[in-house]
Amino acid sequence: MNSLFYQKNSPRNIGDKVFTSLSLICVVIAILPLIFLVTYILIKGGAQITPELFTLEPNPPGDDLDAGGINPALIGTLIITTIASIIAIPVGVGGGIYLAEYSKGGPFSRFIRFGVNVLAGVPSIIAGVFIYALIVSTKILFGSMYSGLAGGMALSILMLPTVIKTTDEGLKLVPNELRYASLGVGASMYTTILKITLPSAFRSIATGVVLGIARAAGETAPLIFTALFSYYYITGFGDLFYEMGSLAVLIYNFALEPYDAQNQLAWAASFILVLSILSVNIFSRILAALTEKTKRV
Amino acid sequence: MEEKLALFKNRKRFGIEKNIDIIFKNTALVLSSFVAIILLGIVLVVFFQSFESFSRYGLKFLVTSEWNPVKDEYGAFTAIYGTLITSFLSLLITIPLGVGTAIFITEDFVPKVFREIIGSFVELLAAIPSVVLGLWAIFVIEPFFRAFFVFLHNFFGWVPLFSTEPTGRNSLLAILILVVMLLPIVTSIARDSLNQVPKKLRNASYGIGAGRWKTIFSVILPAALSGIMAGVLLALGRAMGETMAVTMIIGNSNAFSWSLLSPGYTISSMLANQFGEADGSQVSSLFYAAFVLMILSLVVNIFAQWLVKKFSLKY
Repeated sequence: MNSLFYQKNSPRNIGDKVFTSLSLICVVIAILPLIFLVTYILIKGGAQITPELFTLEPNPPGDDLDAGGINPALIGTLIITTIASIIAIPVGVGGGIYLAEYSKGGPFSRFIRFGVNVLAGVPSIIAGVFIYALIVSTKILFGSMYSGLAGGMALSILMLPTVIKTTDEGLKLVPNELRYASLGVGASMYTTILKITLPSAFRSIATGVVLGIARAAGETAPLIFTALFSYYYITGFGDLFYEMGSLAVLIYNFALEPYDAQNQLAWAASFILVLSILSVNIFSRILAALTEKTKRV
Repeated sequence: MEEKLALFKNRKRFGIEKNIDIIFKNTALVLSSFVAIILLGIVLVVFFQSFESFSRYGLKFLVTSEWNPVKDEYGAFTAIYGTLITSFLSLLITIPLGVGTAIFITEDFVPKVFREIIGSFVELLAAIPSVVLGLWAIFVIEPFFRAFFVFLHNFFGWVPLFSTEPTGRNSLLAILILVVMLLPIVTSIARDSLNQVPKKLRNASYGIGAGRWKTIFSVILPAALSGIMAGVLLALGRAMGETMAVTMIIGNSNAFSWSLLSPGYTISSMLANQFGEADGSQVSSLFYAAFVLMILSLVVNIFAQWLVKKFSLKY
């Protein structure tokens, strides 16, 4: 009769409890880094936030105590990420359209999908090495070597697989009935894609692309020998062809400086970078959760 | 009214519209082939740039650890060893942690809301730029673990892995920070493959009297194994290519040492450190190292994809 009741001390129930607590410990270990990291950055970086931070140039390390601001790096990150998006979004969305709408699962499309996955796994520093060999060392861009433009290209290589994948998967979720209806009333293929399928997949594609951009904004490895770093304000269009600073490279350079003022500046830059990346991520997560709920209704 | 009807009557598609259609399709085709072109371009460019070093040192490059720009002698053994040891050891720590977390998220220990919050916390960790993790590692993790490393050396100094005095930045710190970076990858892929295991299997196992963890170990985990393996391989590829955080914390020394408590090197940190100011045959040698790194990560990635395709769940 005893076996009908839950036995607290039987070996299997004790074992179950042990393993459950073990997995709970795993969860705690997995979450702790994020909590520690974010609170540390909020406290340490948040204390550095002043209006001057956004308007001044960083001072070269070592000559005085005041580190200056991060204006050139902030603008540089915006510019480099924009260049990367301008290259990667059209190419990626176009490629995704081909994979989802035109390809019939033949060897070519299978090869491209395979290539997208492989490209997504290429280490980010290899993208930097590639652009260095192709563009920086050959001075192919009007004789300029290290430039914001080259940095943007390196980042676009990292963004491309994300954009293609999200477009491909977003378009595949659009029900076929929509396509049949559009083609049935006599619309051509490109009208169907541009007016029917792309708009209805817009939100999922946009979410993926925005996440890809946020990811690229924090990438450092492809920039350290393509865009390099600059201490000076970005004044005009011509600066695209010269060394350009970015938040990520600023953090890298200034974290390794022996001076405290520069280290503080690195924390301030991390604060801005992490805050913007996390808010983009959380916002898109909430948006996705909301749309999922409305769909169920 | 009749005017309008006449307008719709014999509407044919204009020639120009047909052409646009064809142009649109071919543009999309060309854009999609960019992926292949870039991938091929990367492999070819890196290979040809490394050709000079390759023909000079051959395979000896892989097993010697002399890296001397003055004497013009290069060997990348320290960096290759560092890449392999840091990625494998960090993976060894990450797998139980990640799979354990994934099990907790997919089982019903706590209400769904909490599990979803835990899941998105882990995924947010993946969004943190690696350079920020590096900064954190330098100023927070390193001082925090210093006493622990001294303890490791004092009590386990007879193990070759802990045989040197801990001095600031070292390989073990790089491994710890890699664990933080790999955890989200392993967890989210393990969670997806655990979620895909059909409920029937679980119910059948409960039905014949197995407990919760007996079910997890004997039914759920084996069924999800291929997906988890693929996630682990992807994480391995990521670990080998990871640059910034590792470069900032590993200490960057080319002196070979078995000990994890001494400064080390990985291929990617060597590239990040030296590429900017290298010239002559050093550039070619760095490209050779980059080529080795690329081949390593390509092999791992392709194997992971093959594994997914071959063993994907067929329920």
